[in-house]
Amino acid sequence: MTDQDRKPALRLEGIVKTFPGVRALDGVSLSVMPGEVHALMGENGAGKSTLMKVLGGLHQPNEGRIFIGDEPVVMGSPMDAKAKGVVFIHQELSLAEELSVAENIYLGQLPRKSFGRVDWTRLHADSDAILKRLNCGFGSGAIVGELSIANMQMVEIARALTVDAKAVIFDEPTASLTDAEKVVLFEVIADLRKQGVGIVYISHRMEEIFRISDRISVLRDGAYRGTLKTAETDEDEVTRLMIGRSLDLSRNAEHVELGDVALEVRGLSCGKLFHDVSFDLRAGEVLGFYGLVGAGRTEIAETLFGLRTPTAGKILLKGREVTIHSPMDAIAHGLSLVPEDRKSQGLILGMNCRDNITLPQVDDLTAGPFVSDGAEIAIFDQYRDRLDIKTPSWRQLVGNLSGGNQQKIVIGKWLSMRPEVLIVDEPTRGIDVGSKSEIHNLIRELAKSGYAVIVISSEMPEVLRVSDRVAAMYSGKLMRIFTADEVTEDNLVQAISGLSENSRVA
Amino acid sequence: MQKDTRARLIKDGAIWGFIVLELIFFSVAGHFLSLSENAFMDLENMLLLLKQSAPIGIIALGMTMVMINGNIDLSVGAIFALSAVVMLDSMGWAVFAPLGDWVIPISWALALLTGMALGAINGLIVWKTGVDAFIVTLGSMLGFRGLVFMYNGEQPTFHLNWTMVDMAQASVFGLQTPSLVLIACTAIVWWILNKTIHGRNVYAVGDNREAAVNAGIRVGPHMMINFVIIGFLAALSSVVFYSASGSVNPNDGMLYELWVITAVVLGGTKLTGGKGSVIATFGGVIAIQLLRKGLGHIGADTAMVSLVIGSILIVVLYLDKQLNRKGAEDLKL
Ligand SMILES: Nc1ncnc2c1ncn2[C@@H]1O[C@H](COP(=O)(O)OP(=O)(O)OP(=O)(O)O)[C@@H](O)[C@H]1O
Ligand SMILES: [Mg+2]
Repeated sequence: MTDQDRKPALRLEGIVKTFPGVRALDGVSLSVMPGEVHALMGENGAGKSTLMKVLGGLHQPNEGRIFIGDEPVVMGSPMDAKAKGVVFIHQELSLAEELSVAENIYLGQLPRKSFGRVDWTRLHADSDAILKRLNCGFGSGAIVGELSIANMQMVEIARALTVDAKAVIFDEPTASLTDAEKVVLFEVIADLRKQGVGIVYISHRMEEIFRISDRISVLRDGAYRGTLKTAETDEDEVTRLMIGRSLDLSRNAEHVELGDVALEVRGLSCGKLFHDVSFDLRAGEVLGFYGLVGAGRTEIAETLFGLRTPTAGKILLKGREVTIHSPMDAIAHGLSLVPEDRKSQGLILGMNCRDNITLPQVDDLTAGPFVSDGAEIAIFDQYRDRLDIKTPSWRQLVGNLSGGNQQKIVIGKWLSMRPEVLIVDEPTRGIDVGSKSEIHNLIRELAKSGYAVIVISSEMPEVLRVSDRVAAMYSGKLMRIFTADEVTEDNLVQAISGLSENSRVA
Repeated sequence: MQKDTRARLIKDGAIWGFIVLELIFFSVAGHFLSLSENAFMDLENMLLLLKQSAPIGIIALGMTMVMINGNIDLSVGAIFALSAVVMLDSMGWAVFAPLGDWVIPISWALALLTGMALGAINGLIVWKTGVDAFIVTLGSMLGFRGLVFMYNGEQPTFHLNWTMVDMAQASVFGLQTPSLVLIACTAIVWWILNKTIHGRNVYAVGDNREAAVNAGIRVGPHMMINFVIIGFLAALSSVVFYSASGSVNPNDGMLYELWVITAVVLGGTKLTGGKGSVIATFGGVIAIQLLRKGLGHIGADTAMVSLVIGSILIVVLYLDKQLNRKGAEDLKL
């Protein structure tokens, strides 16, 4: 390496950022070399997104400096940052859904002709070229709102390729991607890196970090904890740096006494989404649903929860056939769903933490004609401690929490309902390793105390760790249900890719 | 996806289907109920209808932009009246006396500038204070109306200039000036919304403001421009109308904001922003005017007209919600 190569593409020095009641960043320094993939890790609320928002011009730091190359710069606005070659792919989807893919890719920087007109020809040509590079199966004219979540994520990623970037920030880009799309994303990253672009990659998924990163920097409670060379470290060391202890990552080995059948599903179908799905679920049991994104798992959950109307089949709760017309019905029958997309389905961002957690049961928490404040706060406190939710107080608006802490609020909200059948959809998406194992333990505990739990997940280690049985789904069909003893990584992968269709053992 | 596109087409065409229904209904009903001998759907009647749509229609174009942007403007009726006062009063100012008929363009310009200035005030407040546009323009609606009354008390302001009246009533192919202005403005606003960067950003901001901010779109200036445009269009509507009539009462233009918003919503523009089209708004304006005229034709009074239009609006919004669902597979809300 020559000296030329050694100069960081990007350097942050002593960044301090405070919000009312929170010191989100406390003198953080970080440097990213050209052509390097620099992973940024840390617990939920450690300040990763905040640091990147400072870099992307969305927040102004209270102290500290930013350098691009050798030059100190001020990122006054997102436009500013983009002009200086810093592209930011956001953690939450940041798209205008009524507009076309092309307009979203070039949002804020539409190509211009005379009289302020949009240069549509160029816009579509450029966008199509980018989409082709990303192997996307849709054109630049498609309306974003009609795409799947994974494809929307690809539109976000496409934005990284619109400018001549010096540095690209990916804030948890893989949260909603399928494995095939992940591969494409990693190719894009490799490509950018070859061109000498510095990359900041935020993720809670260790296997990804170890697959693509060169160095790993760790933040904890807003403070910089150190940088490790990926090649010279292992998961355990990173975990200890992040949360100060090691984790037990073994598979589920315990066997719980199973109770009666709590939920029976017989031949359930919903249009083209899924077809002829049958399974039983006993009290005290965790049934994992594993499959690729789009295999119909979420849709089954939504149907059970009364969000969709089944086109065929029966649902029996404790042996009695029920028709569930709405989530209200479902809750009344003791069935709860922790949804996958927390922002649109699980949370009211403009409401505070406590009210979000107690929302579904607020009717029961009354003192005279009023809602009982004390009872509400008690519930909030209990789940804050249990799930380790980081917030200055229950008064904080949920919209101001970090992504992972928002997810914990959703889970807390449904746990506090004490349902009989609990369905959790991607319970640890965007959640740090420490809390992840906390949530896994919680799910096991819930089962042990007699709940019937369904866990939908796209992460194999997670399914294997929490489930007593694993249901494998492939394009709307339930391929097979494995017991914990039968299941191996190999036969599970085969089942969810539709390979074992012939050798089906029911 | 196919199905989505079809649903989209049905929705975008709905307003025109509604207009056709109205035409059929009033022609048939008029045949039995009308007191006059004239058919409802003759050319002359339709041209008159277009002309009568113009005052509300021109403003509705601006409202479409403002609403797509995620805002609303309740002060358009007051701007309409105040611009008329400025126009008609300035024609009689002594300074302009030597100009003869050349005062006409000057007064027009003054009226249009008034509208733009008032719009700019709205826009600036919304931009700089971050207060909801509904509240801001509710305030300015009262404030601007106050200015109208301060000008001349309860008295009407008038100035009759026959050259101006001739211009206002000139016609090409049977289309009178107001109709021509309405059509031209529709074309221009359509062009702005669909072809310019400002227009596309207006959609983006209304659709997902946070995403727009993240992408570096400066939200404030876009909102400001739209308020200036709607101020201009309210003034233009006023210029077109009062050039012919020559007299404005201080109460003129009251409730215009409601008619305008009704037309825009009938045309399918989303109240929360991000979606809408001026062509459909044009349809909404025509549909309302048809209803008013048609109900009059079959002998209903104004109270009845309001009742019917109100009910239709609610039915339309309900149908729109149903159309947005994609059948059994869809998520219920
Ligand atoms: N706009 C805001 N107002 C108040 N507090 C905020 C705001 N944005 C972030 N915070 C707080 O700053 C801290 C850091 O949040 P940040 O989003 O950077 O975490 P993160 O490391 O990205 O976590 P995650 O892995 O969950 O995404 C959190 O405690 C959060 O509540
Ligand atoms: Mg984050």
